[in-house]
Amino acid sequence: MSEIYDAVIVGGGHNGLVCAAYLARAGRKVLVLERRYLVGGAAVTEELHPGFKFTVCSYVVSLLRPWIVRDLELARHGLQIIPLECSFTPHLDGPGLCRWADPHKTRREIANFSVKDSEIYPEFGRAMGRLARFAKSFIDEPAPDPTSFRPRDLIQMMGLGQKFRSLPDDMAAIQLKLSTMSGVDFLDEWFESDQLKAPMSCSGIIGTMLGVRSPGTAYVLLHHYMGEIDGNSRAWGIAKGGNGAVSEAIASSAKAFGAEIRCNAGVERVLVKGGRAVGVVLAGSGEEIAARNVVSGCDPRLTFLGLVGRDHFDDEFVQQIERYKYRGSSGKVNLALDGFPEFTCRPGDGAHVRGDVAIAPSIDYLERAYTDAKYGNFSKRPYLNIVFPSLLDPTMAPPGKHVLSAFVQYAPYHIDGGPETWPDKREAFGDAVIDTIAEYCPSIREKILYKQVLSPWDIEKEFGLTEGNIFHGELSLDQLLFQRPTAGWARYKTPLKGLWLASSGAHPGGGVMGAPGGLAAKVMLEQGVV
Amino acid sequence: MARTTPFHSRVSALCTSYLYKDWNGFVAVCNFDAYSEREYYAIRQSAGLLDVSPLRKYEIRGPDGAKLLSRVMTRNIEKYGVGRVTYCALVDPFGKCLDDCTVGRIGKQHWRMTSSEPWVRWLHRYARGLDVTIEDSSDTLCALAIQGPAARKILKPITDFDMDRMRFFRIRPTRVAGCDVEISRTGYTGDLGYEIWIKPEDALTVYDALLEEGRPHQLQPIGLDALDVTRIEAGFVLQGIDYFSAKDCIIEIRKSTPDECGLGFTIDLERDIRFVGQEHVERERDEGSTWALVGLDIDWPALESLYNEYDLPPHLAPEACRLAVPIFSADGRKQVGQATSTTWSPTLKKYIAIGQVFAPYGQMGTALRVEHTVEFERRHLPCTVVEKPFFDPERKRFTPAAAAKKNRAKDAAK
Repeated sequence: MSEIYDAVIVGGGHNGLVCAAYLARAGRKVLVLERRYLVGGAAVTEELHPGFKFTVCSYVVSLLRPWIVRDLELARHGLQIIPLECSFTPHLDGPGLCRWADPHKTRREIANFSVKDSEIYPEFGRAMGRLARFAKSFIDEPAPDPTSFRPRDLIQMMGLGQKFRSLPDDMAAIQLKLSTMSGVDFLDEWFESDQLKAPMSCSGIIGTMLGVRSPGTAYVLLHHYMGEIDGNSRAWGIAKGGNGAVSEAIASSAKAFGAEIRCNAGVERVLVKGGRAVGVVLAGSGEEIAARNVVSGCDPRLTFLGLVGRDHFDDEFVQQIERYKYRGSSGKVNLALDGFPEFTCRPGDGAHVRGDVAIAPSIDYLERAYTDAKYGNFSKRPYLNIVFPSLLDPTMAPPGKHVLSAFVQYAPYHIDGGPETWPDKREAFGDAVIDTIAEYCPSIREKILYKQVLSPWDIEKEFGLTEGNIFHGELSLDQLLFQRPTAGWARYKTPLKGLWLASSGAHPGGGVMGAPGGLAAKVMLEQGVV
Repeated sequence: MARTTPFHSRVSALCTSYLYKDWNGFVAVCNFDAYSEREYYAIRQSAGLLDVSPLRKYEIRGPDGAKLLSRVMTRNIEKYGVGRVTYCALVDPFGKCLDDCTVGRIGKQHWRMTSSEPWVRWLHRYARGLDVTIEDSSDTLCALAIQGPAARKILKPITDFDMDRMRFFRIRPTRVAGCDVEISRTGYTGDLGYEIWIKPEDALTVYDALLEEGRPHQLQPIGLDALDVTRIEAGFVLQGIDYFSAKDCIIEIRKSTPDECGLGFTIDLERDIRFVGQEHVERERDEGSTWALVGLDIDWPALESLYNEYDLPPHLAPEACRLAVPIFSADGRKQVGQATSTTWSPTLKKYIAIGQVFAPYGQMGTALRVEHTVEFERRHLPCTVVEKPFFDPERKRFTPAAAAKKNRAKDAAK
């Protein structure tokens, strides 16, 4: 042990990097350790086929907190976010549905299915926008502890209570419904057309092992309405250079503030002495690195039961961590394409495909996809969220060629036969995805130059996300706020002294948001432990 | 990508300024030239021709049409016979304005409603149990407004119906240049004028015929900027500028009742079918309104001397200004409202505005002050609450046949 770090951060994902940058900015001596050859965790860009850059796992940005972009000067470090222009749902018959930034265009598109829906759509957006603004006040602060009588927590709880009370009655009623209903039931209260409700309900299931008709999914809908770029609510975008560029910008900022970053440096375990985390041991070399604090950018189960070990915690805590739901339900298919695969229902590579494309033709389609998964199979016809980053950012592929990023749900981690059988099913899973795309883009197969298929098993093995859950644990209401990852330990501190959790498994949760990392650093600095 | 109306091929060929804006998702001309002056004077001196197709249009048909419309409108539509048109407000269940509309009764069981916002869902909401159909004709019907003193003379030779007999706020089916249309004597300029409701396939025939017939009368195609000046002179409020649809308002204070946004005159309280929100409107009549909508005459000599202080000649924007500016009490200490539409009136030679002030400041003749920026400095100008319309020519309502009949009756009495 040569030198003592103020903090060593396990895992160079975007949250670990944000935490490191904030600590380094405050003058602390910080080291980030990343197992893979590049930083970013699940926010990476890799050139898997010559000339084609894949935004391998996460692929859109919207929740990245503006205060982080400002504090860490991410624009100066190369971050550039390009807004998605629309949200397109192709259909097998008819022209499909495209929702645009232009409200008149959107109204006309929706009116093809229901004039009533087309008129209420902006009102729905306004109502959700108001609630998202209310909910956003939660995500930029550490979660309050409702069981605590400390003045700080009391004041914070009262503040939130006041905000809730200040909502008009109709809004408060919507908020309660959102917390309990299914996405479809909630949307049924507003809309009549299946073609509109189907793609809207998808936001409620992303990253959860729930169907669009499962209670609780309405809340996740709201979570997605919080997306913002530059304070423009509900605008989603992609990072120029893929999501790896987000991680690189944060890493560059962290380094500029003096943080050290080591890649190819996997942590085998956290060193515990006298009931306190005192450093880490690297895999392979066995090198020991001493630190006053160990910050985990990994998910809760990997952190507590893997890197530290259950013997260092009491049984009750271990049980809570074991009960914490992962149930990874999604996979990813990335394709290198020799040209743009046109959609039959709306040909060309125009504005309609310069956003996200949702394969979600009907609610029954989505529910059927869930039914397959409920009984241990991947969906034969899955919900897909497709983005063509090369249309918005030509540096992602050679001229005239394209990359396709498809988020696929459902691909249950707990597949029939056990998760370890996923490698045998990977090919068939990839085929199901390509068959699904081919129904809408018949030319897709002949254009594929390279294909990457990631099952939740692959995501766990390659990126270290337990059970392949992209959010480090489901974003259900029982696993959010002061209950993330578990009641009493939602303020980044853990039962093991000197160990901190700064990942998506902590409040406020997953998405390329950076808030858990940033808030963890703030709490550590406030408490004077670092 | 906004859409174009069926008149676009003609209108775009004439629009040398390339100045367009979005109106309800359609491309609409602001001015045909760089300035709207020529178009303004056409409306007030000869006639202007305006494409108003982007208006929302609804066909309400069936025996219970009047019942439905009476439920949702501040006017008692049941008392309007075939051929009549009325201007009214649509309010929410709390008595707050959603939109202002016209309703014309084309047939015994056929009404046409025009509005600025889409209301199909709203109409259906109150149509339960009624024998009525609601058709959105926004895209299946286009429209032209011909406004100005020469409008009647231009229409007369190419219209089947005798335009001398067409009275103010009436609508009737007829033929123009051989095409089946409806003509209503309505408009947004406060002048003599008509709106013609045309099937898209006949759009260009009618347009060409009007331009041809209008040539000797100096008919000019006009855009929205000239219209804006005339509508302020006429004292008409504009939804989204002078008041805001309750459905778009995030906070309560932004909403207005009809009495608070100058639409109080459209309220019929005596009726068989009570309108949505009527109890709130009645309570407001008892308890008083928070806001008042006012016309303001901004003191011109004061404006000149203000510019004199800066050694500048008075300078006003050539078009109407929709940037809301604060209105203050006469002592300049308290902000009491906002002027939402302001314009130089070329006809009146006055600087006028429409604004909303707290009700106690809305009395006729009240002296107030309005913010005015000169040389980047915010100053105040004195102004007075005055009657609207600012400009109300007799020709707006005058109908030759009716006048002739009256004269004949007078002669006979002698």
